[in-house]
Amino acid sequence: MTTVVRDPVTAADPAPEPPTSPAASPTRHRIRAAAGFAFGAALLFAVAPLVLSDFRLSLLAKYLCVAMVAVGIGLAWGRGGMLTLGQGVFFGLGGYAMAMHLKLADAGPGAMPDFMLLYGQLDELPLWWRPFASPWFALPATVLLPMAVAFVLGSLVFRRRVRGAYFAILSQALAAAMVILLIGQQGTTGGTNGLTDIQGFFGYDLDDPVNQRMVYFVIAGTLLALLAVARHLTQSRYGELLVAVRDSEERVRFLGYDPATVKLVAYVVAAGMAGLAGALFVPAVGIISPALIGIVPSIEFVIGVAIGGRATLLGPVLGAVAVAWARTALSERFPGTWTYLQGLLFVVVVAFLPGGLASLIGLVRRRDDDAARPGRFGRLRPRRREGTA
Amino acid sequence: MTVLFGQLFTGVSIGAVLLLIALGLALTFGQMGVINMAHGEFIMAGAYTTYVLQQVITAAGWSLLIALPVAFVVAGAMGVLLETLLIRRLYARPLDTLLVTWGVSLILQQLARDIFGSPNVQTRAPDLLTGNIGLPGGITVANNRLFILALAGGAVVALTVALRFSPLGRRIRAVVQNRDLAAVSGIATARVDRTTFFVGSGLAGIAGVALTLLGPIGPTMGTNLIIDAFLVVVVGGIGQLRGTVIVAFALGVLQATGEYLTTLSVAKVMVFIAIVAFLQWRPQGLFTLRTRSLA
Repeated sequence: MTTVVRDPVTAADPAPEPPTSPAASPTRHRIRAAAGFAFGAALLFAVAPLVLSDFRLSLLAKYLCVAMVAVGIGLAWGRGGMLTLGQGVFFGLGGYAMAMHLKLADAGPGAMPDFMLLYGQLDELPLWWRPFASPWFALPATVLLPMAVAFVLGSLVFRRRVRGAYFAILSQALAAAMVILLIGQQGTTGGTNGLTDIQGFFGYDLDDPVNQRMVYFVIAGTLLALLAVARHLTQSRYGELLVAVRDSEERVRFLGYDPATVKLVAYVVAAGMAGLAGALFVPAVGIISPALIGIVPSIEFVIGVAIGGRATLLGPVLGAVAVAWARTALSERFPGTWTYLQGLLFVVVVAFLPGGLASLIGLVRRRDDDAARPGRFGRLRPRRREGTA
Repeated sequence: MTVLFGQLFTGVSIGAVLLLIALGLALTFGQMGVINMAHGEFIMAGAYTTYVLQQVITAAGWSLLIALPVAFVVAGAMGVLLETLLIRRLYARPLDTLLVTWGVSLILQQLARDIFGSPNVQTRAPDLLTGNIGLPGGITVANNRLFILALAGGAVVALTVALRFSPLGRRIRAVVQNRDLAAVSGIATARVDRTTFFVGSGLAGIAGVALTLLGPIGPTMGTNLIIDAFLVVVVGGIGQLRGTVIVAFALGVLQATGEYLTTLSVAKVMVFIAIVAFLQWRPQGLFTLRTRSLA
């Protein structure tokens, strides 16, 4: 149980440290960011566990996983202009990698997971399942596997300058293909049911509320760490370049940079974040299935980001948590109403408030965070006045 | 040999369905650059129109025949409404259009659920279209598939003729090739956009009528179709119809072959990989309109 105590500390510790110095940003920014992180950490680690019941806390853990995906989407879409409608794929890869390991661990050494025995098509464990028995393979795989897939797809697609709507549609098609593949290979993937009924998490019984709390702390710490990574990236020179590619890819190319590489980095990082989120979602919820990673959930990841403010750091997180919470609160009682509301949110926020709610609340901050403000047409104004684009 | 031709026909008939659902998109996405995720729900609207008409006119043949123009107008009107209310404001933001129209599609799906109920409904096919035709060489061909093939062919021909020879078609092509120049030449581009959207959405309605012959009608039928349709247009290339036609049939045959050799799920993944590989070779799609833009 030492992890319960240690993890928050190690995860929260690096957070208040100011990210590397962007030349343009004064110390004021760093102090404010540090204060923000400290406030967030206090909220997540002290207030939430005290105020919320075990049930609510485990729900919050689930929402925070969605928020991790949102941080990645904020980076790739808000900053990089790549609307990825297939983050569910990476979420799913991370989730399945983790779930496969936990299922094998539940079954015990040499045994097969319960669902394989149920379908009874297999005599022994399929070859590609075997490495996942080792945590030394499975844990890195939850992050590296999604990143590898994103790297292959991204480098193929970005180098050939497939972008904008084309990229969005391809990423969505990826989600469709992944789900169809998972469902089709029922004998080895669990099909529509997915991998369910996960009992243990590295020796801890997940039914025990104390251990659920531990999982929550791990998730909260990871989210803070990912936020620190995202802030570091966006405040660096690379972050400036990424925004520049979003706003005028050709101009960046003429300046001698390779926009494909710039975009690839953001896409791969976003995929890694989604993978990590998926991996932590599994112990928090106890299931991973195609219904959680397909086209519809993939696009639902995006709506939270749009509502919160796609180009801001915290907007996606708050938006994702708010949408997930509203969904649980409303969809149980009025399922139809929630669908209407969700549709309306898409329409109203994206069409009439492209900066998200952050553009309302963050009016004060506008002056010092130019890049966080998509202009009327989704482009930001040039930082310095240049000629016409 | 029989197997080969049988598979080929399966592929062609899958292609015909793809073509029919992608044709409207080729207009709205291809010609206007608007990504309308609610296109699938316009297809659904066409299908439900057929269902409603069949409740009124019980003769299946007649109701199907009447459904074709009615569905065209119903879906087209929905398209015009969407264009006027929302898409018009978003022409400069194509990615945001995608998300907004996704929201619209959610609303339309729920609307369908509230009106017609969540379970799928079924229409009766006219007797003429239920049987099979035996071709020489022992190949049997389903009548409804043949009907859809003819319908898709007819739609392509009609659209091509309209685009090439009618004054409206000339204006549409002018706007596609150079919007600003078209505007200064006295073309009311906003009106052309609205008409294009009407026709494109109307074609979705016709596709919906055709799909009632193949399977049940449900509130989520659009979601499953829209991605395939978009892929056809993306691979086919923007701004021309022939790319859409060729790619629809090519993907149909590829899908059928893959399904025959492996399984449905593997075939779908194969098609996706083939598309990514194809875009390496031609990132702008099979045929492109030559412009002087950098993209």
